Amino acid sequence: MMASSAPMPDHQLTTQDGVPLKTKLARAERMNKMKSLALVLPLALFLLLTFIVPIGSLLFRSVDNPEVVASLPHTIKAISSWDGKSLPPEPVYRAFAADLVKAHEDQTLGDLGKRLNMEVAGYRSLLGKTARALPFDPAPASYKDALVKLDERWGDPAYWQAIRRNSTNHTPFYLLAALDHRIDEVGEVAKATPDQAIYLDVFARTFWMSAIVTVICLLLAYPLAYLLANLPTRKSNLLMIMVLLPFWTSVLVRVAAWIVLLQSGGLINSALMALGITDHPLQLVFNRTGVYIAMVHILMPFMILPIYSVMKGISPTYLRAAVSLGSHPFGAFWKVYFPQTVAGVGAGGLLVFILSIGYYITPALLGSPNDQMVSYFVAFYTNTTINWGMATALGGLLLAATLVLYMVYSWLVGASRLRLG
Amino acid sequence: MSKSVKLAVAAAVGLAFVGQAMAKDLTVISFGGANKDAQTKAFYGPFKKASGINVVGGEYNGEMAKVKAMVDTKSVSWDVLEVESPELARGCDEGLFEKLDYTKIGNKADFVPGAAQQCGVGIFVWSTALAYNADKLKTAPTSWKDFWDVKKFPGKRGLRKGAKYTLEIALMADGVAPKDVYKVLATPAGVDRAFKKLDQLKPNIQWWEAGAQPPQYLASGDVVMSSAYNGRIATAQKDGKNLKVVWNGGMYDFDSWAIPKGSPNKDAAYKFIAFASKPENQKVYSQNIAYGPSNKLAVPMIDKKVMAELPTAPQNMKDAVKVDVNFWADYGESLEQRFNAWASK
Amino acid sequence: MSESSSEVLVRFRNVQKSYDGENLIVKDLNLDIRKGEFLTLLGPSGSGKTTSLMMLAGFETPTSGVIELAGRSINNVPPHKRNIGMVFQNYALFPHMTVAENLAFPLTVRGMTKTDIQDRVKRALAMVQLDKLAGRYPGQMSGGQQQRVALARALVFEPQLVLMDEPLGALDKQLREHMQMEIKHLHQRLGVTVVYVTHDQGEALTMSNRVAVFHQGEIQQIDAPATLYEHPRNTFVANFIGENNRLAGRLVSRDGERCVVQLERGEQVRALAVNVGEPGSPVSLSVRPERISLNGYSEHCDNRFSGRVQEFIYLGDHVRVRLEVCGKSDFYVKQPIAELDHKLSVGDVVPLGWQVEHVRALDPIEQAA
Repeated sequence: MMASSAPMPDHQLTTQDGVPLKTKLARAERMNKMKSLALVLPLALFLLLTFIVPIGSLLFRSVDNPEVVASLPHTIKAISSWDGKSLPPEPVYRAFAADLVKAHEDQTLGDLGKRLNMEVAGYRSLLGKTARALPFDPAPASYKDALVKLDERWGDPAYWQAIRRNSTNHTPFYLLAALDHRIDEVGEVAKATPDQAIYLDVFARTFWMSAIVTVICLLLAYPLAYLLANLPTRKSNLLMIMVLLPFWTSVLVRVAAWIVLLQSGGLINSALMALGITDHPLQLVFNRTGVYIAMVHILMPFMILPIYSVMKGISPTYLRAAVSLGSHPFGAFWKVYFPQTVAGVGAGGLLVFILSIGYYITPALLGSPNDQMVSYFVAFYTNTTINWGMATALGGLLLAATLVLYMVYSWLVGASRLRLG
Repeated sequence: MSKSVKLAVAAAVGLAFVGQAMAKDLTVISFGGANKDAQTKAFYGPFKKASGINVVGGEYNGEMAKVKAMVDTKSVSWDVLEVESPELARGCDEGLFEKLDYTKIGNKADFVPGAAQQCGVGIFVWSTALAYNADKLKTAPTSWKDFWDVKKFPGKRGLRKGAKYTLEIALMADGVAPKDVYKVLATPAGVDRAFKKLDQLKPNIQWWEAGAQPPQYLASGDVVMSSAYNGRIATAQKDGKNLKVVWNGGMYDFDSWAIPKGSPNKDAAYKFIAFASKPENQKVYSQNIAYGPSNKLAVPMIDKKVMAELPTAPQNMKDAVKVDVNFWADYGESLEQRFNAWASK
Repeated sequence: MSESSSEVLVRFRNVQKSYDGENLIVKDLNLDIRKGEFLTLLGPSGSGKTTSLMMLAGFETPTSGVIELAGRSINNVPPHKRNIGMVFQNYALFPHMTVAENLAFPLTVRGMTKTDIQDRVKRALAMVQLDKLAGRYPGQMSGGQQQRVALARALVFEPQLVLMDEPLGALDKQLREHMQMEIKHLHQRLGVTVVYVTHDQGEALTMSNRVAVFHQGEIQQIDAPATLYEHPRNTFVANFIGENNRLAGRLVSRDGERCVVQLERGEQVRALAVNVGEPGSPVSLSVRPERISLNGYSEHCDNRFSGRVQEFIYLGDHVRVRLEVCGKSDFYVKQPIAELDHKLSVGDVVPLGWQVEHVRALDPIEQAA
């Protein structure tokens, strides 16, 4: 067949058109790879654009510190040689006056004032007052004297230290503040004063409340899931619809309904009083009790479903087998049935816990100030004070804590045993 | 003409009208509720009649985040915005609002002092005052001191969940004269004093966040007294609830119109603001909701009986505090932080 | 063997079971299970065999009647106190425990010492030749291995009675046959009493000392496998166990153990009168295919007919020949390969016959099967 052609260098297999088989195969496989890649690409792009990039850029805001650098470029240059103890030298004052005039023109004074006001209260109005008085006409011999004369606070090193602390584009300020720490006047990390310290407590409370909600959910959901898994199909379907029913109502509506039910003149209190169980209304809402009740109600399906799906796969013969082997039915349940549901319990617990630590609306509407969790403060900083650095610092720490928790969990239980639904 | 032809013509005219109106629609954002209803009656409807410009009324909760996002991304869809004074001052500094050209609005001197600002024009004067349910309390409280007296007036008290107003109230309850409140509060000792006073009442406080909550709490009996926006109380009174306001120690402030920077409908926005600032329209507004007019010329037009329930009535202004916007701009951040820390313990 | 032992271990006395109060799943069960025997409850699904087993295990309670174990009523003894080993249809090995832990389970709940448990588990594993797999989880083993573990677990606490509920149903044919023999040998070696439920008649015949055939909540016949096959007492048993040619007819006369039956087209057959009524009443004749002789082999038979060959079905060790006999077109004859006449072809008419001992006159077929 190949008599006329040159002898083959080795025993290479070729296809009919003479291309080596290996090359052809590699080409065909590359095409397949490209095809599957092209199929995944839209989703990957979508995720990148709608999920990873926004989250990343938001998290970046927790260390972003552009205000001082952008508005006071000359001041920063001049202040870098200052020892930070006594008052800064004359060139700093002069550069500052020039920068401030420019910032006033550019309308960037608001951002700058807002940022520096976080460091020293009253900085905002001080900047406004100073900017209105500038530029000095005629130019004074000493800007230092002129500024201190305008407002004696310019003679206080604390105001200059605030500028120096923020002469870089990145700051640990928000992250430290979210952990109740700050950088003090000498540049060391220090604890926040007790009357300003709040977030460590809030984080601890967030995890504690979420743990309680998870445990209550588990205690209530486990028997219900068992019932669901072992009832005849028609009855269990009906029950399942009742379990899922709350899913079809908005969280807000459900929370509002709980307020109506739980308030001092509400249905539950009237019923309790009518039955003579109590003679004055119990405080069931606007405290932690109310938050727990509503959160457990809202999160219950997330616990029931994973446990149910695991239980559904466990044959009732295991229990019979254990009993036939001489184990008391309770012992059989505990030693044979329960261990097999651990994967579902773990998945449900993790799901409920992670959802809980992000809860905002329910505690905000049903709780008192000391029932608020981290998300409340994220919302507070996002909406009320527009301090997005603080909001993202809190949110980022919460995210990090969740990830650590998940890793600990998967290390303890083994992620392979985790079954979500 | 047959019926169907008439109908078709009517529909075509209607469509053309809608099309025209859509092009010129002015989006006005307010805080909603009874306030918005009164604005609709006094401003939105008559403005459309007078100018032909349709007003689309929207609502928000005062979140500046939305405004900032719109201005930053240059996709401003709100034309006129009702803002409270601190947000107005801050937003003006941060470049969120247009600086106003008063030649397009009216005579600056006609406004109540403090109403005409660089970036905003006062719409009305409102007050945060002590309110109580007269059906539930036998004796009427007369001051914030009574608010703290849980022996004489047992039951829960409603206060706004935030440092603002709450700290002023605490100082007044502790005996600080209304005119000295901000002087005291500007010192660390004054702040400590306010929080110490709040400590006494803490177990009896039920916090509110939305302005609609105090009248609800009062009506349902969840609280016996509450700080409340006077307009909300007046609305509840109209609904037949026996709620009363104690003006002594009330804190008043303006709500203002502002134009988000980069609004595409600036001319119409100015027209609207000018219209809403006219005394005859402000009169209609004050008759519909118990907020005082920001235009001085409107005061004599208002019925005496109605005037008695407005924050701007002389007898109501006597022992009232003007909310210090600058104070809150400087100290708001750290005081709110401290308040949050205190409240959550 | 323990067949001869007449000591009764389990006794069902007038046991009835109904789930809905209208239909009886078990109608009136009276059954003695002898100590050391291998008794199989055989029957189609819904015949009441599994229900009876579950009542014995304690997972179902009799609606009426008494079940005695070793002379004492166990109606009120909860299942975990009955000390009865049980092997389930799908093994029911605990998936979160290793093989050794599975085997230790019944010993642990009985409060045995650790060393005792280790010792017994080791012996049980050796018994089923799984010594090396003690540390495996059930999910890591084949069906046959799991089956053996289940068996070992049911035996490890040395119960006097072991119940097996279709334990080989999930295995393939070869493994099933292998396990049948293994279970049979275990039984012989240990002398434990076994009650075995199956719907597979081959399994029942292979393993049992006695087989109880269940149908519609009643025991149709209880006998040793050979008796059951050779001497079925009614049409149901004859049909359910082994192959069977049925011929419908009417009783003409009866003379002691023998009788004469007239078929639908007039032919007369002499048969054993096993389950017949008065002359004139309908009967069903039953002949096993392997008891029918063809051609010359049929010369000495009591009953001789002729049949037309319809089909040959080649099965390796034997050939099944389908014939039309007496107007019945599904009449089968089993011919060992050695006896098959190779000249025979479809369409041929051949003489055939059977002895009177091999045709049994039974109750008539209720419905055309």
